[in-house]
Amino acid sequence: MSQATTRAANPAADRFGFLDDFAVREIRRGLLKALAIPGYQVPYASREMPVARGFGTGGMQITLAIALPGDVLKVIDQGADDSVNAVALRRFITAACPELATTTSTAEATLIQTRHRTPERPLTARQLMVYQVPYPDPLQIVEPSEAKRRRMHAYGDYARLWVKLYEDVVRWHEVALSNRYPARVHGRYVIDPSPIPRWDLPKLHRSRAMHLFGAGREKKLYAVPPFTDVVPLAFDDVPFQVERFCDAAGRRHRCQTCGTDDTYLDEIPLPDGTRRWLCNDQDRCAERMSHGR
Amino acid sequence: MVADRPVLAVRGLSRIHGPACPSCRDLTGDAAGTNVCPRCGSVVAVADVAFDLWPGEILGIMGESGSGKSSVIRLIHLDDQVTAGSAVFREHDGTEHELATTGEETARRLRDTRFGMVHQNPHLGLNYLVSAGGNIAERLLCSGERSFQAIRDRALGLLTRTEIPPGRIDHQPRQFSGGMQQRLQIARALAPRPELLLLDEVTTGLDLSVQARILDLILEIQRELGVAMLVVTHDLGVVRLLAGRTLVMRHGRVVESGLTDQILEDPQHPYTQQLVMSAL
Repeated sequence: MSQATTRAANPAADRFGFLDDFAVREIRRGLLKALAIPGYQVPYASREMPVARGFGTGGMQITLAIALPGDVLKVIDQGADDSVNAVALRRFITAACPELATTTSTAEATLIQTRHRTPERPLTARQLMVYQVPYPDPLQIVEPSEAKRRRMHAYGDYARLWVKLYEDVVRWHEVALSNRYPARVHGRYVIDPSPIPRWDLPKLHRSRAMHLFGAGREKKLYAVPPFTDVVPLAFDDVPFQVERFCDAAGRRHRCQTCGTDDTYLDEIPLPDGTRRWLCNDQDRCAERMSHGR
Repeated sequence: MVADRPVLAVRGLSRIHGPACPSCRDLTGDAAGTNVCPRCGSVVAVADVAFDLWPGEILGIMGESGSGKSSVIRLIHLDDQVTAGSAVFREHDGTEHELATTGEETARRLRDTRFGMVHQNPHLGLNYLVSAGGNIAERLLCSGERSFQAIRDRALGLLTRTEIPPGRIDHQPRQFSGGMQQRLQIARALAPRPELLLLDEVTTGLDLSVQARILDLILEIQRELGVAMLVVTHDLGVVRLLAGRTLVMRHGRVVESGLTDQILEDPQHPYTQQLVMSAL
């Protein structure tokens, strides 16, 4: 709690981080518990933020509670650093934390708040990922009652989630979940990894970085500590697959800006009826361009 | 089937809903003609029920509505908390579980892998949001099966076994007739190869020809798999056909027990006599 002490000693730092000391302490404690029990959803008292719940308040509260002067912040909204959402969040966080530097470069960032993407560039041990989560509970698609869901988690009862996978394989010959794909963390709790695409899920497996998840509206925190197993739920004989981005002939689309074929692509329909494929992760695309591919 | 130990040994099993006073047992039951304690108002749903169920045996529990027969099944299936007494379930490998004191973790494992429950109303036993195959898959997934093909094969096998056309595996249960839904429930209950099958009024409300086919199916399953069954019914015909031994319950107590033929031919208790008379 060095930050809390600094604040007490230095009234000028009172405004750092927007949240009051009690909120900071509660969120940090919640995060410690979440890290100690990987994948377990820790309830917390989500504070009122200057934006409506459901607009990334969970991620914001984590960022504000753990940001320290000297941190380098990157805010991503679906791979973009310059969308309205990302810009507004970045502006608010820097206003609340004056000594925080910002960047759009994944490599330089120490603290990355994100909505719906994990950066393509492999993360390092000094980086913290903060995810904005709309629905923290993977069981929500099969059980509406939270009380029952908590019991199901407690007893590791994920059979009905598996039945959903079974039904998908029967109907579509693969699992019909493009994002929020459930994954088992550390061999125990199954998490909803927030609406990151399937493409990003393998990046969480034994990641060097720490991944923190905050659901402001649902008032839950959870975490994937560094070097932790994150295994997507899949049948032994129907393996988990990421997005393929192939044309009808089975050729992988390339980003039309940087030309690479190993990133998650956005499909952009053009007025003439054709389509363009572009990297979703802007920073990765720009990095490739500046290095001459 | 040679067996020296029962699958299920029940002694003094009781379930009292309410505050329960010391005189609950004495003031209720067959002699008192009620199962509500006049002193404290508690409902003595089940009291002092004792029986053994042997491997491969079908034991009938007969009685009027409110007699506590379904409550017994609920206690065995660990859906309800035992107030007093003991019920020891013995697995194939010899492991014994005291059902009266078992924890939730064990209870879930037993329900998922060792017990099969078939309800009177298929809506209680089936998940109508998923397909017929999904209903069977759920039980297999509960017991740890993780191969899609194995689940598929087993589900098809069970549907064939229960006379549901395998082509309907991906249909929703609500698209099935009542008898098919009941057979699907049986298929679902049998999926993890349970050691104890609990059947609660499985044929009630079905027409006679469908009843006959389901009873045939139950007998065949017993012959093929040797699974022990508790059959709860108010229908004399069902116990006559299925059960070798029968308990007759009234006001939460067992009022008569013995070989089914003996009970039906020579009923001792006035209630049983009335029951047998009215059926003829």
